[in-house]
Amino acid sequence: MSAEPLSKPESYQSGPDSMGHFGQFGGRFVAETLMPLILEVEEAYYKYKDDPEFRTELEGLAKDYVGRPSPLYYAKRLTEELGGAKIYFKRDELNHTGAHKINNTLGQILLAKRMGKKRIIAETGAGQHGVATATVCALFNLPCVVYMGETDIKRQAPNVFRMKLLGAEIVSVTSGTATLKDAMNDALRDWVANVEDTFYIIGTAAGPHPYPEMVRDFQSVIGIETKQQLQQAEQQLPDAVVACIGGGSNAIGLFHPFLDDENVKIYGVEAAGRGVDSGLHAASLTGGQPGVLHGNRTYLLQDEDGQITDAHSISAGLDYPGIGPEHSWLHDIGRVSYVSVTDDEALEAFQLCCRLEGIIPALEPSHALAFVTELAPKMNKDEILVMNMCGRGDKDVFTVAEALGVEI
Amino acid sequence: MSVSNRINAKFAQLAKQKRAGLVTFITAGDPNLDVFEQILAKLPEAGSDIIELGMPFSDPMADGPAIQLANQRALKNGMTLKKTLAAVAKFRKQDQNTPIILMGYYNPIFHMGVQNFVEQAREVGVDGLIIVDLPVEEDDELCHPARTQDLDWVRLVTPTTDAKRLSKILKNSSGFLYYVSIAGITGTASAKGSNVKKAIEDIRKQSSLPIAVGFGIKTKEQVQQTAQYADAVVVGSAIVNKIEQAKADNKTAEQTCEAVISFVRELSSGLS
Ligand SMILES: Cc1ncc(COP(=O)(O)O)c(C=O)c1O
Repeated sequence: MSAEPLSKPESYQSGPDSMGHFGQFGGRFVAETLMPLILEVEEAYYKYKDDPEFRTELEGLAKDYVGRPSPLYYAKRLTEELGGAKIYFKRDELNHTGAHKINNTLGQILLAKRMGKKRIIAETGAGQHGVATATVCALFNLPCVVYMGETDIKRQAPNVFRMKLLGAEIVSVTSGTATLKDAMNDALRDWVANVEDTFYIIGTAAGPHPYPEMVRDFQSVIGIETKQQLQQAEQQLPDAVVACIGGGSNAIGLFHPFLDDENVKIYGVEAAGRGVDSGLHAASLTGGQPGVLHGNRTYLLQDEDGQITDAHSISAGLDYPGIGPEHSWLHDIGRVSYVSVTDDEALEAFQLCCRLEGIIPALEPSHALAFVTELAPKMNKDEILVMNMCGRGDKDVFTVAEALGVEI
Repeated sequence: MSVSNRINAKFAQLAKQKRAGLVTFITAGDPNLDVFEQILAKLPEAGSDIIELGMPFSDPMADGPAIQLANQRALKNGMTLKKTLAAVAKFRKQDQNTPIILMGYYNPIFHMGVQNFVEQAREVGVDGLIIVDLPVEEDDELCHPARTQDLDWVRLVTPTTDAKRLSKILKNSSGFLYYVSIAGITGTASAKGSNVKKAIEDIRKQSSLPIAVGFGIKTKEQVQQTAQYADAVVVGSAIVNKIEQAKADNKTAEQTCEAVISFVRELSSGLS
């Protein structure tokens, strides 16, 4: 285990090192059978990430197929209601397929194609990453197998059907606790057995190196655009940026371009479920400890024997007992503040956003928004806050109705 | 007897007897601590030359359904890493010779504390470790601390291992090598013998360590076949399945134990 630099690093953007470490976090904790393939993915990623032809194809599709750049929108009514900082939404919920997830799946499938892979697998919790993967598989005519926990299949029925319409095969995962972590286990099991022809599109900034770095890079378009757009609108950097965290891909995508702008305060919002003290939550940084799972060292929810415990959140997309390793590092060195928001607070924010802004947010960014309602009033009126609206709420209307006791 | 000697002595003895050894895998605490300890105690006399004990983990990513279920049964009945070590200590009171290899995933060990774990493991009489999610790239984590305590570090060599990678894998390997005969998880398909034989020959060109072969070996016949080119043959899921079967058939503790032990007896009878 490498020593943790507790002093301030020269740049917060320089990680990971060549072994995939962000401080003590990250790494490559996978079975030997997978190692040659993981090294092959790393090599291919470094070969293509700045390749002009790769960039042109990725950026062309991001523009014409996904609809990038997503707008940076001044949420006037919310700003007035909260009476503090000026609030902007980065509108990644307007992307094709309704969330930020497609920024990453597009990048990874272009890599998979160049590596000559013939089959795509993915894990999904809320179904958003599954849909984004099934979408690019349809676009590139590759067979797609999505692993999804039995529990999630039940609570995210619309996305299950969308994936099927897009031609994906859904495998219902019943092992372990039948949620996202088990879906990831089964996807890894599939990969071990199909190393020759299969590419695993991981849906968040976690997993063995190079995934946390690669997913971050593909999602960084969010922060890069935000910087440019805010420069144009306000001729300045934001004072604060806020994003929700499941595995941490939309958040690191927004945060990374701002890490070395030290006057920008950065907040990551974890899901506190029914409260961190209740034990029923998904706040790995707030309520977990460092450990090793799914190919990386990071903060994990676990018991005193090092067994991984179940996460709980009303939002299926945040319901994961781990977090990307770069966030664990940013947490330990204190560059990013990580906070948490309960199911109830997220539901409140969800409704507020519908009424004030005419935007039905996904339950995931509703967590970020709940924190914004706390933070913005404490900031000055001439300060600027940007929140990543990373997904739309169409998929969640059934869950919200049930939580509010409404029959639809 | 010093730790690494138990493994060396076993392979020396097998060489003298001109036969391959049988490595039996069971999950510690499966189906519960009591029955597990009864099974463990009887494995040597049933013909198990080396005992591989799975350390239960909530997320056994490299295991198929049979061993996943074994992990769940054990955890549900309160098994922990501490209890696994205690079970080894108890076993060592009766058996000083049969090597014990702990197999599992890194997190419970990391959580206990690496130094604490390797010291205790050595003290209770563990001989070696197979940690599935620690490739050579992560040798600083546990491999080096384990070797310092004279615990053998048994690595997996797989069908995806090429010559260049093999030399890296061999570097800090000790005790024996474990050739995984299929690219996949435990308990699924069986490999083609001819491919495995060729792979073993290639490894022998680079290493003098004994080679155990496992994954997908389920019957006495397969054990006999594999024994023609391996120094030891590993059977896991097929044994663990006997426990699941006994549970499904509502067998008593004694019957469960007997089902496992008579199966091991049958497997080992192919090797004498
Ligand atoms: C809209 C939305 N936001 C956030 C997440 C959480 O993932 P991440 O933390 O990787 O952005 C998900 C996951 O499904 C999602 O669908």
